[in-house]
Amino acid sequence: MIRDITIGQYYPAKSVLHRLDPRVKLVSTLLYLISLFLFKSIPGYIMATLFLFGVIRVSKVPFKHIVKGLRAVVMLLMITVIFNLFLTRDGAVLFHKWIFTITEGGLRTAVYMTIRLIYLIIGSSLMTFTTTPNELTDGIEKLLYPLNKLHVPVHEVAMMMSIALRFIPILLEETDKIMKAQIARGADLESGNMIQRAKSMIPILVPLFVSAFRRANDLAMAMEARCYRGGEGRTKMNPLHYKTRDRIAYIVVIVYVIGVFFVGRYVPLGIWIF
Amino acid sequence: MSIRLENLNYVYSPGTAYEKHALKDVSLTIPHGEFVGIIGHTGSGKSTLIQHLNGLIRATSGQIYYNEENIYQDGYNMKELRSQVGLVFQYPEHQLFEIDVMTDVCFGPKNQGLTLDECRERALEALRLVGLKEKYYKASPFELSGGQKRRAAIAGVLAMRPRVLVLDEPTAGLDPKGRDDILEQIAYLHRQTDMTVILVSHSMEDIARYADRIIVMNHGEVMYNDEPKKVFAHFRELEEVGLAAPQVTYIMHDLKERGLAVDTGVTTVEEAADEIMAAMR
Repeated sequence: MIRDITIGQYYPAKSVLHRLDPRVKLVSTLLYLISLFLFKSIPGYIMATLFLFGVIRVSKVPFKHIVKGLRAVVMLLMITVIFNLFLTRDGAVLFHKWIFTITEGGLRTAVYMTIRLIYLIIGSSLMTFTTTPNELTDGIEKLLYPLNKLHVPVHEVAMMMSIALRFIPILLEETDKIMKAQIARGADLESGNMIQRAKSMIPILVPLFVSAFRRANDLAMAMEARCYRGGEGRTKMNPLHYKTRDRIAYIVVIVYVIGVFFVGRYVPLGIWIF
Repeated sequence: MSIRLENLNYVYSPGTAYEKHALKDVSLTIPHGEFVGIIGHTGSGKSTLIQHLNGLIRATSGQIYYNEENIYQDGYNMKELRSQVGLVFQYPEHQLFEIDVMTDVCFGPKNQGLTLDECRERALEALRLVGLKEKYYKASPFELSGGQKRRAAIAGVLAMRPRVLVLDEPTAGLDPKGRDDILEQIAYLHRQTDMTVILVSHSMEDIARYADRIIVMNHGEVMYNDEPKKVFAHFRELEEVGLAAPQVTYIMHDLKERGLAVDTGVTTVEEAADEIMAAMR
């Protein structure tokens, strides 16, 4: 039941994207997210769409799987649409009834913001689909390493992140198990009003917290037993090195960002649909 | 009063990279009052199988009949099924949550809609059945030792007065004494009430001692479904799938090979001892 949450979960496949250096993927994702806000015209959207679909093709993650992940953020998208649609007052009025007014500008912003948000979510989930949590934190640690000089505890932060990420599936599984155990004892998790439903979560949350603490304790013990004492002097089993494909990937992304910037700004097709 | 499974199939996460065919065409009948042992190594589908018995998992295809009623038909009362088929999960102590043992054991009966007095009565009965001492009834479940916690958790399921008790590795993580205690208690329960007991384990010794019938699972399929001595006669095949017959089976076969006229079908140490004594005379 709870396994259906696919947003941000690693999807094992054999693709170039999976093999890329995590730093490339982190930086590229960041650049892609920024690029989504660099253009304001149809050609820009077309380019961003083509690029995104190209990357999805290369990633070998099934399109269906990616869309499934979007279901978790439908609420957020709805709120964005509603707010932009009704609260933006710009241009000709298209619809007016009681307190609801839709303007041309509002409709435009709503549509484009939704597209941007969806692309943003797909773009970043593509990174997590193709990068294991361990690779990801490895990449972050290496990228942020210069901050060490400013006394930022980069290694510790990265370690905390990787532990947190590692615990997500464990705790999901644990929740699933506890839910089943309580349902087997006749717990009713679905019916009743808000308060009753909140109350019915107690038999799940209490054991879940207890088990989270137990696991944290076990992990701390296991780390100490293996002489973990922070990042100082710690070496990597698989140190990150840029390879040719990583350099090519950087070039592709940078070309795309520059392209989208100029296309979005200077291609004369700068007309809006509406 | 029986459970009947017909061509049960279950596939985890179909259509994704994590797809796994956990149960393949499982057909079984478990008559009322039997003590059944289900055995199989990790990932053989035994835990998945038992979660079907009270409708926690819905089969991808196939049917389950409880008392000749199809549990997948529209309008079937799943809640009633879950109080008839009590399921004790692995490490059941991880589901304890109430402020004291008594209240926790009352959780099941309370969900069945019983009055407070009835809940207490059933909880007391269940706690006595699992042999938990009275001084612990008012203690926080988190203060108990591992074995006591497990007893309390099993009582939590028993308090619902199930007709069928399914236990998923009830002895995992217990010391030898705790393990024997729990198993003895379960066997005692089975003798005292006319409950069907389904015991999942990966220890042949445990199962051989108590079960009337053994179901061996391998890669999601039922490999054997027979009385213990007939299953153990296949000890070479069992070894091939990473299981083993009880040690006495090996000893008896060895003795027979060396010329001692013993019955190789015995399943417990006591029977084996008697058999050897008889053969020596």
